[in-house]
Amino acid sequence: MERQIRYQREADLEWAHRFTQHPGCERLLSCIQCGTCSGTCPLSIYMDITPRQVIAMVREGFRDDVLKSKTIWLCASCYACSVECPQKINITDVMYRLKREAIQNNVFPKRFPIPVLAQEFCEMVRRRGRNSEFWMVFRMALRSNPAILLSMMRTGWDLWRTGRLSMRMERIQRVNELQYIPAATKEVD
Amino acid sequence: MEPSAKYLYYPGCSLKGTGIAYEESLLTTFRLLELPIKELPDWNCCGATNYMSVSETSATLLAARNLALARQTGSRDLLAPCNACYLTLRKSQELVAHYPKIAHEVEQFLEQAGLPRLDSVRVRHVLEVLYTDVGVERLRELTVRRLQGVRMASYYGCQAVRPYGEVDDPHEPTRMDQILKAVGVDVVEYNLKTKCCGGALTGTIHDVGVRLNYILLKEAMRQGAQAIVTICPLCQFNLDAYQAEIRKQTGEPIDMPIFYLTQIVGWALGGDVRELGLHRAISGKKLIEQWFTVKKEAETYV
Ligand code: SF4
Ligand code: SF4
Ligand code: SF4
Ligand code: SF4
Repeated sequence: MERQIRYQREADLEWAHRFTQHPGCERLLSCIQCGTCSGTCPLSIYMDITPRQVIAMVREGFRDDVLKSKTIWLCASCYACSVECPQKINITDVMYRLKREAIQNNVFPKRFPIPVLAQEFCEMVRRRGRNSEFWMVFRMALRSNPAILLSMMRTGWDLWRTGRLSMRMERIQRVNELQYIPAATKEVD
Repeated sequence: MEPSAKYLYYPGCSLKGTGIAYEESLLTTFRLLELPIKELPDWNCCGATNYMSVSETSATLLAARNLALARQTGSRDLLAPCNACYLTLRKSQELVAHYPKIAHEVEQFLEQAGLPRLDSVRVRHVLEVLYTDVGVERLRELTVRRLQGVRMASYYGCQAVRPYGEVDDPHEPTRMDQILKAVGVDVVEYNLKTKCCGGALTGTIHDVGVRLNYILLKEAMRQGAQAIVTICPLCQFNLDAYQAEIRKQTGEPIDMPIFYLTQIVGWALGGDVRELGLHRAISGKKLIEQWFTVKKEAETYV
C-alpha cells in the first residue's frame, strides 16, 4: 500500500484524541494489537488495511491513509470484531466514525458506490420517511457505475416474477415530523 | 410472560418488498399461535447501516420516531423481524441511555415533532419471541405436520445476536436450532451460523458480497444441509438471489431453498403454502414443491 504520510510531523496526532470523544470509540487507545479483530473479520482478506491496522493507524494519526482506504467501506458492520476484542474496543463504531468523516470530507474513491448509496439512501429517507428499494438501487447505479445495471437485470427479473419487487415510491403520512431531523450531510460529527 | 401480550409489528422497508414472504409467514404464524399483532402506524425506515454511516445523530432520531410512535399506541413490545432494523432500534436505545448529549437531541426532536418522550418500549426479535414468549415445548405440542428427513442449517446472520446478545448467545446461538428440531426438522452442524453475509455488499462491491454468500452456501452443503433457514430479509435475499450466478461462476451444483424461520414454523403449525410465501423462492424450487405438498391431515412425510 502506498503511504500518504511519510513523516511524523504530517500525522494528525490530535485525531486519535478527538476519536475517543465519540460514542463507542472511547477505548481506542487501549488496543494491544493482538489481531483478534482481523482474524474474526469475514472481510479482512478483501481489505487493503486490516481492522487491527486501522486501529493502529488511527492511533498514530495516519488520517488520510485510513480515510481513503477501501477497508472502511468493506466493513459490513457485523460486530464480530467488537464482541471478540479482548480490550472491549467497539471496532464497528470506529469504522462507522471513519465512514462519517470520509463522507463529510469528501475523501472517498470516485465512482465508488458505497458512499454514494449511503447518501442517496439518507436523502430519500429524510424526505419521504421510507426507502424505496428499487429506486434507490437504480439511482445509485446511475450515479456510480451504470454498467452494473445490466448485471442487476437478472436479479430484478427474479424478484419481479416472484412478486418481491415493489416499484412504489413509499412515503409516510406525517412527513412533516421529519423536517426536524438535520440534513445528514451538514452535520459535523 | 403472558402469551396474550400485544405485539407491535415494525416491518421495515424490506418486509414490504424483497422480504414480503417474511411478512406473510410471520403474520400467518402469529395468527396460528393466536398472538395478537398489529402494524406500527406510520412507521418510518430505520436507516440501517447506511444512516449510521452518514450521521449518528440523525440515525438515532429516525429510530427514536419509531419508538415514540410505539409508545403512542400503548403497546410495549415492538417486534422488528429484520436483523438490521432490530439492531438499529436497539442501538439507538443504547445511545440514548448512555450518552446524555444524544438523549438531549432526541428529546428536543420529539418535542419539536410533537411526539411523546421515549419510555420503556421493548425492541424484540421474532426469534426471541418464539423462543421466550411461546417456548420450544409449546411449539412442539402445536406441530401438526413434520418435514421428516429434511436436513437444514440454521443461519442467524450477524446483527441480531450481536452485539447485545439478547436474541441469542452471540458466540454460539442455538435457539433457532432448538425450535427447528421441535417442529420436526433435522438440523445439521453449521459453524458459519453467525458469519456475516456481507449485507448490502452484494449490491455495492458485488464480487465480494457474492463470494461471502458462496462460502456460506458451500459450507452448508458440505455439512449435508438441503436448505438454510434465516431470520433476516437481507440474509434470505443474499443467499437466495445469487445462486444462479454462483453456479455459473463456480460450476458447483448449488440450488438450495433459503427459508425464513417463520415459514418452517408456520408450515409445521398447519399454515398454507401461499399464506407462508413459500411460492416466492428464487432458488431450490424443486425441493420446495416436493416438500410442501403434504396436507395438514397427513401425519408425516418421508
Ligand atoms: S481485537 Fe481489540 S485489542 Fe486486539 S487488535 Fe483488535 S482492536 Fe486491538
Ligand atoms: S464489523 Fe466490520 S471490521 Fe468488524 S468484523 Fe465485521 S466487517 Fe469486519
Ligand atoms: S433494515 Fe433497511 S430496509 Fe429495513 S427499515 Fe431498516 S433501513 Fe429500511
Ligand atoms: S448476515 Fe448479512 S444480512 Fe444478515 S444481518 Fe448480517 S449483514 Fe445483515
